[in-house]
Amino acid sequence: MDAFWIILTGALVASCCALLGCFLVLRKMTMVGDAISHAVLPGIVIAYLLAQSRASITLLIGAAVFGVLITLLIETLHKQGKMQLDAAIGLSFTLLFAIGVILISSFTGQVDLDQDCVLYGEIAYIPLDLGWRAIPRQVWVLGILLMSIVLFIQIGYRGLFITTFDETFAASLGISTLFWHYALMSAVSFTTVLSFESVGAILVVAFLVGPASVAYLLTDKLPQMLILAVLAGILASIGGYFLAVAINGSIAGAMASVIGIEFGLVLGIKKIRRLTSKAPQSVFGG
Amino acid sequence: MQQLIEFFSFTNPNIRWVVLGVVLIGASSAVIGTFAYLRKRALVGDAVSHAILPGICLAFLFSGVKNPLVLLLGATFTGGLSLLAIDYITQQSKIKSDAAIALVLSVFYGVGILLLTAIQNSGNAEQSGLDKFLFGKAAALVFEDVVVFGGFSVVLLGVVWAFFPAFRLISFDMDFARSAGYPVRFLSFLLALLTVVAVAIGMQAVGVVLMSALLITPAAAARYWTHHLRMMLIISAGLGAFSGIMGAFISYTMPQMPTGPWIVAVLSLLAILSVLFGSKKGVLARYFQQKRNQSKILQENILKCFYHLGEFDNSLSASRSILDLQKKRYMPDNQLLKGIKKLLAQGLIQKNGQAYQLTDHGIREGARITKIHRLWEIFLTKHLHLADDHVHEDAEAIEHLITPELEKELEAHLNYPDTDPHQSPIPY
Repeated sequence: MDAFWIILTGALVASCCALLGCFLVLRKMTMVGDAISHAVLPGIVIAYLLAQSRASITLLIGAAVFGVLITLLIETLHKQGKMQLDAAIGLSFTLLFAIGVILISSFTGQVDLDQDCVLYGEIAYIPLDLGWRAIPRQVWVLGILLMSIVLFIQIGYRGLFITTFDETFAASLGISTLFWHYALMSAVSFTTVLSFESVGAILVVAFLVGPASVAYLLTDKLPQMLILAVLAGILASIGGYFLAVAINGSIAGAMASVIGIEFGLVLGIKKIRRLTSKAPQSVFGG
Repeated sequence: MQQLIEFFSFTNPNIRWVVLGVVLIGASSAVIGTFAYLRKRALVGDAVSHAILPGICLAFLFSGVKNPLVLLLGATFTGGLSLLAIDYITQQSKIKSDAAIALVLSVFYGVGILLLTAIQNSGNAEQSGLDKFLFGKAAALVFEDVVVFGGFSVVLLGVVWAFFPAFRLISFDMDFARSAGYPVRFLSFLLALLTVVAVAIGMQAVGVVLMSALLITPAAAARYWTHHLRMMLIISAGLGAFSGIMGAFISYTMPQMPTGPWIVAVLSLLAILSVLFGSKKGVLARYFQQKRNQSKILQENILKCFYHLGEFDNSLSASRSILDLQKKRYMPDNQLLKGIKKLLAQGLIQKNGQAYQLTDHGIREGARITKIHRLWEIFLTKHLHLADDHVHEDAEAIEHLITPELEKELEAHLNYPDTDPHQSPIPY
């Protein structure tokens, strides 16, 4: 039964991340997603310290504050401070992540968090923390998150779609690019923090970018891409679990590895098909 | 206080090795990072630093020892592999570079975590301490580490020194370097290799997760203090070394504190201070520069006003009241008075009762600005074929910006004309 809960948790994380990841990949904003996933760490630690609990709602607030904070920090360094964008992203997230680690080290014992958890999560312990009706608490949390994200995309599809592909057109229709930008970034912050316990701060990036990239290789249509990304994510969580069991390693790390294998396979198959489908041609047209 | 003396007197050999280690590591990563920064490849460094983790684990798995040289070799291998993967993905598929970087970064890191945990769970007694690579172990550097990593740092700096002109060129203008016959592909490869090696030794101090800060942040901070590459390299190396020492010192006084994150925190703090107070590009410096420019434009406009009035009634040194000037060109009282005060102080005008008049020096200066304005109008009508009535606004802006060299060139190029498009004479 434990295996089932772990795979289900992984699949839920992967699905949430895959859906949002599609938009990040298409908007060329994956590094901002990476930055947010690092930056929520101090928010989580401070929320732990203040509330003395793992209650999801305090964590959400802490993460949301820092998720917005890093977007503001990057914007300020880039616009007011005239720093080039890649450096501004790099500086901001390493600073916030460092602060997070320093806070954890200063309050060891008071914070139910350690460096290992930050680095690769504790998905193996998920089944131990049971919630309502003997279903693990994390499964409830992530299930509700997934439904919210599906709802968010369902309701906001038009706005997200148009602002992703054509900002000028969106503006001419009176759709606010800025609103959807921040709505998406908030959704990424929430997802990052709720996935944090299972997969840690850094591997969440693999779930955000990986399945979406695999799907993007396979299709050009957004609805298909969303579905394929979720499937790729679920497949990775199943494969990852058994890989981890086989070599007795971190489950979250194994899931990220399987995402990499999926991407490599799709890229390789596409390459082979392209090579074989090309009939030998002469340069002279004969 | 006692700890401060104990630390900075370097009598304890352990402290000596730690400090020497972090200084070399901090400085060499900062130097390599400066080139990565200028080539806008800062986030690639981030990917490389995460991608090093599986290399370390593989090297340990194959060799079974924690020899720094072997681990460095493994790290360089997967670090280089990650660079190739990013290039391959961006070239061979429609995945954009940002997604390629994020994907490679997280997947390599995931593989690293998988291997690391598998090694930890295997019960191999030798493995303890391998996880130190995640957050660095600057405070635990020993003589052997410093010899290896310090040695590599020196080699890195040496290569940069030897290839400096070529690296400078490809950092600023790849196309020019290519057309000038430089082996651009080789040089790019060399820089990439140096980045991988710098990351592989730098993560000793701060660990894989925060390594990119050691590359990017010193360069980003140094950029605010200078416009010269040589100076920028020196400043960023200094910042990297200083932060390394501070991080080591903090974790020396508070042993439960991790060194790496503190190095990054100090470094980031210095960078934010540089953004605010940097003498060349800092927020404050730019603010004052803007104020100076505004003041200069105001003064030049007032001088021009005097000159135009003088041209009109043929007496350049006649006295003018505030009202006369404002009739010619409206300027708010407080601004006008401020400008006049500055001009008085420079001896360009002098006070004559309630009115003011141009000095000889002021007449020359007024003539110069008027001349540039009119020459520019001619230039625009002649060479850009703008209509006569469209050129004034543009000349109004450019007259404050033309340097003496450009002024000479403009005069010679237009062959010293007598009048501008509006038939006003040009004073030489």
